[in-house]
Amino acid sequence: MTTTALEKLKHIEKNTLGMALFLINEAVFFALLIIAFVNFRNSVKSGPNAAAALEPLTTALFTVALLSSSFTIRQADKNLERKNHARMLAWLVATIALGGIFLVGQGMEYRRLLTNDVTISRNIFGSTFFTLTGFHGLHVLVGLIMLATLAAFAFSGGLKGPKSSGMAAISLYWHFVDVVWVVIFGIIYVWTAGLIKF
Amino acid sequence: MTDIPLVPETTRPLPTLGSSEGLISWVASVDHKQIGIMYLISSFLFFVVGGFEALLMRTQLAQPNATFLSPEAYNQIFTMHGTTMIFLVVVPMLIGFTTYLVPLMIGARDMAFPRLNALSFWALVFGGLMLYYSFIGGGAPNAGWFSYAPLSERPYASTNGLDYWALGLLVVGVGTVAAGINTITTIWKLRAPGVTIRRLPLFVWMSLVNSFLIIGALPALNASLVMLLADRMLNAHFFAPAESGSAVLWQHFFWAFGHPEVYIMVLPAFGIISEVIPVFSRKPIFGYAFVAGSTVGIAFLSFAVWAHHMFAVGLGRPWDLIFGASSMLIAVPTGVKIFNWIATMWGGAIRFTTSMLFAASFLITFTIGGISGVTFAVVPVDWQVTDSYYVVAHMHYVLFGGTMFAVFAGAYYWFPKMTGRLLSETLGKWHFSLTFIGFNLTFFVQHFLGLMGMPRRVATYPDLPNWGLLNLTSTAGAFMLGVASLVFFWNVTASWRNGKEAGDNPWQAWTLEWATTSPPPIYNFDQVPPVKSRRPLWDLAHPENPDSRPRKPKVEQTDQ
Repeated sequence: MTTTALEKLKHIEKNTLGMALFLINEAVFFALLIIAFVNFRNSVKSGPNAAAALEPLTTALFTVALLSSSFTIRQADKNLERKNHARMLAWLVATIALGGIFLVGQGMEYRRLLTNDVTISRNIFGSTFFTLTGFHGLHVLVGLIMLATLAAFAFSGGLKGPKSSGMAAISLYWHFVDVVWVVIFGIIYVWTAGLIKF
Repeated sequence: MTDIPLVPETTRPLPTLGSSEGLISWVASVDHKQIGIMYLISSFLFFVVGGFEALLMRTQLAQPNATFLSPEAYNQIFTMHGTTMIFLVVVPMLIGFTTYLVPLMIGARDMAFPRLNALSFWALVFGGLMLYYSFIGGGAPNAGWFSYAPLSERPYASTNGLDYWALGLLVVGVGTVAAGINTITTIWKLRAPGVTIRRLPLFVWMSLVNSFLIIGALPALNASLVMLLADRMLNAHFFAPAESGSAVLWQHFFWAFGHPEVYIMVLPAFGIISEVIPVFSRKPIFGYAFVAGSTVGIAFLSFAVWAHHMFAVGLGRPWDLIFGASSMLIAVPTGVKIFNWIATMWGGAIRFTTSMLFAASFLITFTIGGISGVTFAVVPVDWQVTDSYYVVAHMHYVLFGGTMFAVFAGAYYWFPKMTGRLLSETLGKWHFSLTFIGFNLTFFVQHFLGLMGMPRRVATYPDLPNWGLLNLTSTAGAFMLGVASLVFFWNVTASWRNGKEAGDNPWQAWTLEWATTSPPPIYNFDQVPPVKSRRPLWDLAHPENPDSRPRKPKVEQTDQ
């Protein structure tokens, strides 16, 4: 670690540090769910597996929405620093919209799977798939609630900038949820369901 | 610092309530001292419950072929005993000390997140109540504290006991994680000027490392519990081998949490010992950097030894060798500390207060537990004694002879700070003697029972030569421990009301918590004394020979 990075860590804001530590905890939590999925990747004896049940291209579309939301919240962050209140609020709303689109996409995918009798109890694929993606979806939902709170706060005149520990902590959380999805998408859709053939 | 209030002033979180509202000032408190004390009291109450369960088991085992408890009841009671002692006693008791002491030791006013602190505590209480609700909710959990699959799956455990177990532990676990986050942030952000990382009291060091272990290990438990609950409630198949799931995966996941957990249950105890021994030996700790550094070593290694709980599963020779070696390795940093503490006592002017007696016997009993622990790293030995009373003896030497002895040492040491009154030394010596004799009587003979092949977790045993006698000895010791706990309880309640006034610094200790009044005011310090070394109060009392100045002639630092 360079001295500046160490210096930065020394002066890290209290709420950001708390959130960062919480995210270490969440990373381990997801790691175990991911390990379970990978461990049982080829264990399906009967019933649907990832390749048969999933539509990776459709999910890829909604993935783009979630990934773009990392960019939009970064813009909101920047505009907070510049004390550009209206733009900051606009980027924040855009982030919420993109996160919402992702959740709607996940909801549609779940509906299609469930109507095709792919459930958490159908077989080991269902168990691992729904538990892992379900908990990720829950994290997106919690993120949206936090972002909405932040937006409401900004709307009623708060969040003047140039700094906000709430914004810093929540955007850190949001980036984390994004990164976890990149890993999940890579493992479930690209690798296991065969979006790209290796 | 003359006007000593008898109980800590309250935070008055609700402005409409006067100071006469005693109970609400505790229930609604976000003050780290009140929350710390509530942590200690609740975990002591759970200790009484868990101890009562232990006595039920020992009564059943006093004689061969006994029928005092049915096998079904016995299964529930040993599961609840283990779960209670680990999750509701040992871990929260140490967190209680951490919550109370860390802000004082670093010269802070409170924890970094006071409301989160209250949430942690209440999560413990309600998680514990949820676990115990199982007794009236259809039967307590009965698959042991590590709830191996597939025994813990719905077809084999059809009552709701294991659901309450998993849900209760999830709630407790969330609180524990929050406490870990809170502790790290507090230590990182709220140190008073001069309290550098290299000058932190060792208890704070241990709490810091411990909190990292918590946020690294507890989520593994939480994830495992979530998967178990999915299996049980939603008919998923994670740990059901018949449906392509894997029972061994549960073991890997659980012990990935479970072994770091072992150190979560002992690191703050090391911290307590590292505070108590120097003060009562009138010498600074020997090899501060080694005590702190070896703890970091333990923390890393603790994530690489989990499979030594699983040698009997048949992981294959390479894995057995790797985990055997790493398990032997982790004994080294622990051994380093034992030598540090002995060297601290060496040549010191030792005062054998009750606190010091517990700390000194910790060195003996914990070392016995450590040595029997290393024997498990030898895989064939593990195969021979696994799931026998040898394991029971080992872990109680570590957890009772280790952690609980340290907790008692800490209780006698810091009780004066928390209440302004000293615990009775006379009752304390009775408490210590009964505990020491009772403990060794209970658990030492269990080594032999284990080596003779007596399996753990079985409700009764046949009348084999000496088994009855050894078990009766163990039971007698257990009841002696019960009496010892009553003495301690009596000591605490009586001394809290009528104990001798302690004053600010009854032990002539050197760390910051002794610089304020006993009990400390709500804001902790009128003024944090200047901190220029690891022993700020020594510097204050000995301006002619402070730690903070490099000495020209090496002066012996013992008090006269």
